[in-house]
Amino acid sequence: MKDQRLETRVDTQTIKIEARKAQVYYGTNHAIIDVDVDIMDKTVTAFIGPSGCGKSTFLRCLNRMNDTIPSCRVEGSITLEGENIYDPRVDPVQLRARIGMVFQKPNPFPKSIYDNVAYGPKIHGLTRNKAELDEVVETCLRKAALWNEVKDRLQSPGTGLSGGQQQRLCIARAIATSPEVLLMDEPCSALDPIATAQVEELIDELRSQFSVVIVTHSMQQAARVSQRTAFFHLGYLVEFGETGQIFTNPKDPRTESYISGRIG
Amino acid sequence: MSIGLLSLIILVLAALGYVIGRRKAVGQVEGDIRKLHSLPPFYGRITALLTAVPAFFLIAAWLLAQPLFLENKAISLIDPAELPAGKSAELMMADVRRVAAGLNMLEARGDEVGPLLASPTALKTALNGAGVVLETEPTPSTLAATAALRDAGDTSRLAMTGAALLLALAGLAFGFSRINPEYRARNATEQFAMWLLMTSSLIAVLTTVGIVGSLLFESIHFFRLYPASEFFFSTTWKPQFGGGSSLGILPLLWGTLYVSVIALVVAVPIGLMSAIYLAEYASRSTRAWVKPAIEILAGIPTIVYGLFALITVGPLLRDYFASPLGLGTSSSSVMTAGLVMGIMVIPFVSSLSDDIINAVPQSLRDGSLGLGATPSETIKQVVIPAALPGIVGAVLLAASRAIGETMIVVLGAGAAAQLSMNPFEAMTTVTVKIVSQLTGDTEFASPETLVAFALGLTLFCLTLALNIIALVIVRKYREQYE
Repeated sequence: MKDQRLETRVDTQTIKIEARKAQVYYGTNHAIIDVDVDIMDKTVTAFIGPSGCGKSTFLRCLNRMNDTIPSCRVEGSITLEGENIYDPRVDPVQLRARIGMVFQKPNPFPKSIYDNVAYGPKIHGLTRNKAELDEVVETCLRKAALWNEVKDRLQSPGTGLSGGQQQRLCIARAIATSPEVLLMDEPCSALDPIATAQVEELIDELRSQFSVVIVTHSMQQAARVSQRTAFFHLGYLVEFGETGQIFTNPKDPRTESYISGRIG
Repeated sequence: MSIGLLSLIILVLAALGYVIGRRKAVGQVEGDIRKLHSLPPFYGRITALLTAVPAFFLIAAWLLAQPLFLENKAISLIDPAELPAGKSAELMMADVRRVAAGLNMLEARGDEVGPLLASPTALKTALNGAGVVLETEPTPSTLAATAALRDAGDTSRLAMTGAALLLALAGLAFGFSRINPEYRARNATEQFAMWLLMTSSLIAVLTTVGIVGSLLFESIHFFRLYPASEFFFSTTWKPQFGGGSSLGILPLLWGTLYVSVIALVVAVPIGLMSAIYLAEYASRSTRAWVKPAIEILAGIPTIVYGLFALITVGPLLRDYFASPLGLGTSSSSVMTAGLVMGIMVIPFVSSLSDDIINAVPQSLRDGSLGLGATPSETIKQVVIPAALPGIVGAVLLAASRAIGETMIVVLGAGAAAQLSMNPFEAMTTVTVKIVSQLTGDTEFASPETLVAFALGLTLFCLTLALNIIALVIVRKYREQYE
């Protein structure tokens, strides 16, 4: 059923998430200033920029993970399919089920590989019986290119996997709740080049089903995996456009300095 | 020479060692300390350590071993013919020791001891005056043994003083002679520190071994006088001071376990839930005053809890639960002691669990929240499983506390040893009976007294088993999840 729904939506120019004049404050610190971003459906959008420029902060606003930080305050409007996600009527818990997240450091739960992937479907009641759950777990592990490596030890702990496997497990776990958008906060920064390549390949495949937003420090990675790129600097969104255009023909001098390695 | 004075001399020698060691090192390089391997204080320090530490170890070892050697000699002097009926030479030695100590005390006060030794009556009066009360007048052979003991004590003390001073001087000379600019005093100090630390941990371990050994020794003594099968399997506990007691441990063990289980049933849910609240939901400012407030519970003396049980909880339970339900009329009950003890151990569970829950990485919580789980689902499915080994440890610590608790049981549960399921009936525990058996007026060598050691040993085995179970659980869990 899920696959049908995804196949019917082929128009890649649908706007999934729209941010207008988004502001984020940590206490008195104004961390994100006037950010306007459109996240397209079935597209990989990369956020690049030097450390502390606010790209991770902005990413965490998109599924209200910043709610867990008491001093954090968000203003402006961020809408998911036209609905303001900061509206009091929106349940952040439900929202996070629609907008999944993969973190910088692999953080598998202290559970078996199977239970890690089954976690989301179980708490959201997405499956009716064990057989369906088994199927979801297998599908997600296959999508995360992990199935062949772990199919014989689904009951062994997820924390026993290697770093790259753990990160792919976390991706499988995130897509198991069938989110509409997948947020990835530097998903490859703790991985070696081989695991990074696997994850990048995976991101490219996921694009056919989800909208993916990835924060990265590696400009090569942004160029390889994304279709659209946003460059953040000191809390401002400096430039946002087609990845090819940003990397070959940036309009803003700051973007040019950054991608050529002069600031950062 | 007294131990205090001797220690002072050794410390002075060590200080001297520090000064001359340091000066020699600096002198050898003519003040250019960059040519030394280590900073000058290290040369002083190692000399001081070599002077003082071996000498102090010698004194400690000597003082520990001295009584063993001296008393063997004195005990052979006691004439078996003079022993009163039922007293062994070993028991007589207790008198000998006290007389010797009393004489030393009189001498230290400046009294003339010589004439007293000639007349047992005068000696007894004089010792009475010094606070040493003797049952009978010392017999001639006791006096001989006393004299031998004191003589040997003096000689041994003199020999120890000499040996310790000699060792200190030797250490000083050795340390001093080794000093030259290439000498790695810094590394040597490090080595020395390591040995010192290792010895300290060894002392802790050996003390445990010693305690278990003494328990074991006296227990074996007890089982020679009283059949082990009776002790472990009899269901009656009825000590009689005239002899012919039944000393079955089962009612006591039952009481201990019953009280502890009630205590844990109270403490674990309350403690764990307050820990979860503090760690996951409470704001920083709430936590700052709630946590210390809970920990105050751990600081209340158990006798105060006992009073609370006796005066408040006991009558309350009797009047509002036990009597109306027809379950008993005693204000001392297992339930009273268990409830109050449960309150006492809440902080053990909550404080430790809180620290452990806080130590669970935030990334795990983020991961779960990021999948759309609510905070309570996150706690139940991710945080608590990750913290479980530590929580098990906290619970078992609370259990050991509950099993070993005495005062609350004395005042709350009474002293009647019985096997009953009714939680509103008076029962008692192993620890309470250990106290009451040892504070009785019976002879030390009787089974009624020695049973205390067997009880203690059983209790020790119980808590040891608990700890081992905890270790196994924790290890199994770790294997699975790390």
